[in-house]
Amino acid sequence: MSTALDPELMDYDEVIEKFDPVLGLEVHVELGTETKMFCACPTAFGAAPNTHVCPVCLALPGALPAVNERAVEYAIRIGLALNCSIAPLSRFARKNYFYPDMPKNFQTSQYDEPIAFDGYLDVDVDGETVRVEIERAHMEEDTGKSTHIGGSTGRIHGAEYSLLDYNRAGVPLVEIVTKPITGTGKSAPEVARAYVTALRDLLLSLGVSDVRMDQGSLRCDANVSLMRKDATELGTRTETKNVNSLRSVERAVRYEMTRQGALLEAGGTVTQETRHFDEATGTTNAGRSKETAEDYRYFPEPDLVPVAPDAGWVEELRAELPELPWVRRGRLQSEWGFTDLEMRDLVAADGVSLVEQTVAAGAKPAEARSWWGSYLGQAANARGVSLAELPITPEQVARVSTLVSEGSLNTKLARQVVDAVLAGEGEPDAIVEVKGLAVVSDDSALQAAVDEAIAAQPAVADKIRGGKVQAVGALVGGVMKATKGQADAARVRELILATLGVDGS
Amino acid sequence: MTSSAATDLTRRTAAELAADIASGEVSAVEVTQAHLDRIAEAEPQVHAFLHVSGELARQQAEQVDRARAAGEQPASSLAGVPLGLKDIVVQQGVPATAGSKMLEGWIPPYNATVTDRLRAAGIVILGKTNLDEFAMGSSTENSAYGPTHNPWDLDRIPGGSGGGSAAALAAFEAPLTIGTDTGGSIRQPAAVTGTVGAKPTYGGVSRYGVISLASSLDQVGPCARTVLDAAMLHEVIGGHDPRDSTSIPQPVPSVVDAVRRGQRDGVAGMRIGVVRQLSGDGYQAGVLSSFRRAVDTLAAAGAEIVEVDCPHFEYGLAAYYLILPSECSSNLARYDAMRYGLRVDTSAIGEPMETAEQVMSATRGAGFGAETKRRIMLGTYALSAGYYDAYYGSALKVRTLIRRDFDAAFDAADVLISPASPVTAFALGEKADDPMAMYLNDLATIPGSLAGIPAMSVPSGLAQDTGLPVGLQIMAPALGEEKMYRVAAAFESAYIAEHGSSVPQQVPPLGTPAGPESAATQERAS
Repeated sequence: MSTALDPELMDYDEVIEKFDPVLGLEVHVELGTETKMFCACPTAFGAAPNTHVCPVCLALPGALPAVNERAVEYAIRIGLALNCSIAPLSRFARKNYFYPDMPKNFQTSQYDEPIAFDGYLDVDVDGETVRVEIERAHMEEDTGKSTHIGGSTGRIHGAEYSLLDYNRAGVPLVEIVTKPITGTGKSAPEVARAYVTALRDLLLSLGVSDVRMDQGSLRCDANVSLMRKDATELGTRTETKNVNSLRSVERAVRYEMTRQGALLEAGGTVTQETRHFDEATGTTNAGRSKETAEDYRYFPEPDLVPVAPDAGWVEELRAELPELPWVRRGRLQSEWGFTDLEMRDLVAADGVSLVEQTVAAGAKPAEARSWWGSYLGQAANARGVSLAELPITPEQVARVSTLVSEGSLNTKLARQVVDAVLAGEGEPDAIVEVKGLAVVSDDSALQAAVDEAIAAQPAVADKIRGGKVQAVGALVGGVMKATKGQADAARVRELILATLGVDGS
Repeated sequence: MTSSAATDLTRRTAAELAADIASGEVSAVEVTQAHLDRIAEAEPQVHAFLHVSGELARQQAEQVDRARAAGEQPASSLAGVPLGLKDIVVQQGVPATAGSKMLEGWIPPYNATVTDRLRAAGIVILGKTNLDEFAMGSSTENSAYGPTHNPWDLDRIPGGSGGGSAAALAAFEAPLTIGTDTGGSIRQPAAVTGTVGAKPTYGGVSRYGVISLASSLDQVGPCARTVLDAAMLHEVIGGHDPRDSTSIPQPVPSVVDAVRRGQRDGVAGMRIGVVRQLSGDGYQAGVLSSFRRAVDTLAAAGAEIVEVDCPHFEYGLAAYYLILPSECSSNLARYDAMRYGLRVDTSAIGEPMETAEQVMSATRGAGFGAETKRRIMLGTYALSAGYYDAYYGSALKVRTLIRRDFDAAFDAADVLISPASPVTAFALGEKADDPMAMYLNDLATIPGSLAGIPAMSVPSGLAQDTGLPVGLQIMAPALGEEKMYRVAAAFESAYIAEHGSSVPQQVPPLGTPAGPESAATQERAS
């Protein structure tokens, strides 16, 4: 995408010069409960269509909902982890609108009385901490899934027919809504991405969801508006849906900023509407216009009594909260003695847990970071996979690291062992043995090579004898070459100097 | 068995039938068959049933007989007794329509909790009884399958929405039926058919599997010809159900014991409140005179009669007709032709059928009756942005005020009484085109619905002016069913003592309408 050349888009720097972006992020997370929000159907993803359904989630006449207590527990844990207040009494409401994939033709959702409200999440953007304020976290149910067959867009308009799968109908969701995020300037897209990333890590650490954006268990709607530098009122916002990856969050916000900037600069107005992000082109496209905004006729759900969690239970849940990801990162950083930059790179590469496990298996922290951060990082890049997906375990990395610190392997040999592990050739010790990769540490075997190297380069030997100790490198190189790299270079240096009768210290 | 023996079986009470089945005097199959025969005989004139499950009922009765033959204890004190189920309560494998074209042909794949409890008690389900569409109405004239006729006078309405359940009792087609009451749908039909019907405390009986009209008002309850039978059925269906979030987590009250106490001890020492706002204007003269006699009877039975004021009751009807339509507009949204029930092929009527909206719209247009549409539109409007506070919000406030009126009244009295219906059974067609006149039938029953308290109707006699039955409404505080049943039983006993027979025993043979003469006879006798 070349923003500068597209007349419908404004150059990003120009946008920042003229406007302040305002963001609002709505994240839907599918809870990892065994059963649905209001019935006992399983929530498992990927079952044959309409097999995880019952009278309740199909809205058969007479069926009534009953709240899944585990879902309430998860919602409270999310609220607590986001520093929210937990409502002693919250209510479900009905959001009424007709849509074929919603069996009751209303969504049971919390409205003006959410279970958690007024919190915040601190996120790290280029070393700066940005506090994102949380408006609310509320419980609701997912809809079913429509597949539109025929037509060009895959959307309902123009389709020949639609297929409905109600397996997802009634799966518990928590929607987390931020307050307007202002003052982020040119970092707005990065802040959006960092927020969703931090939220994802948090939810994962809480164990409340598998947070798979690709499967839709974490979905982000990005509200974006621009206000002129001198303006006092917020601009008209758009809501971009279908943002299915962390990278897309950033791209979608950036695109909307440049699109709205061009529109406003040309004297136009932003239409309040829902837009869809297109992963392939990196653009957003208009969807349902909110000009004909539906009246959802919210009213308190009369089939459900209010959710009134016992205060003691909430405190128990608070006490049982796991160490939050950023707290854990701070603790590990100080335990390991990493610099901020080192830690940030490691976090960015999703390597914190891997390093933690590698250290737990006996490696020194710096060694573990070095392996995962550089050599294995390159290997992962080359294969197009994440670090965790590499076919090597933290225990195996720790073993290689130990072999190096014991002097059994040098760096070059260690990399050969790691390559062999990645190639599926077995455990490090077995590879060392089978391939004969151990460092030659037998002095008598080395001495012959040292004598040969001195004999081969008498001029160099003379220089060293004359006091130019730094020239020893050439002779060490000769020995390493003769031993095919399997010697301990430091020991070779000592042996050469001793043979020449020079004090190398 | 002779025909007169069979007739005798259909005229017995549920308690008597259960005892006779338990003792082996008669088999459950014989009892069921006698009622199926009576249904076959009476239905062409009464039309109380939308579906008769003859074969299934016989199988259920056989189970009871087999269990007895095997020496097992009866499943309950009502084992083997047949019952009619209002066609808004689902029974697996048996068509359920809620009186609507919208659900024609739909076979529920599951049982309501009430159905499960009836079956677990060994009660035999004869079939599904007629009702106003989705329980909206006071005459059963809103049933998409034609009205039910009042056995006291076939040209008159049997009340509604549960007219089928009430008429089935009065026509001796069943000794027990199940009703649902949102604003009076158990009590008003009981009143105009001279039968007994009780609306339990809201949450006292599970609503799971009961097709919703207005969730915050709907309540399932027992209908019978005697107070004891109603109490026995109440104990079978009541009690907590985790599948209904609004169900009260308490055991069902001991209403059978309360009935026996009322029969034995009367109402001595009880304070009975007459609600000033629930008599007078809008109440038929014959209804009021019957009510006054009922008050005298209770006083004679030992009660202290007090008059109570409930000033906010006058707003009850208005609040009710905002809350009910609002909830109903949302509850009935699910009938959209996508998953079950009616689907209109609009192309067959020359209209486009390209979008889901067109199918939904055409189906809802064709499937719902006029009253249903009226209430959906009222509710949709009342909940709309900008109107919510003025309508739904205000109605909720009135509801709170009515609850407070009841709280104050129950400080002064143990139970409250009033006529259950302002009029006796009116003629079919008389009010069909006047929704407001129809709504006024629930004037006396709506306050108790809004407050969620238990309330029931027992026959107080026949009206002097029409010769038709009048219902006495007895209301008790939430969870106060025992007091309510005690008073009902005491009144019923006093009435029988005074008149020699209960009101349902005075139903004339079908097709020989009652008239003022019979009431006059009764007047003279009393």
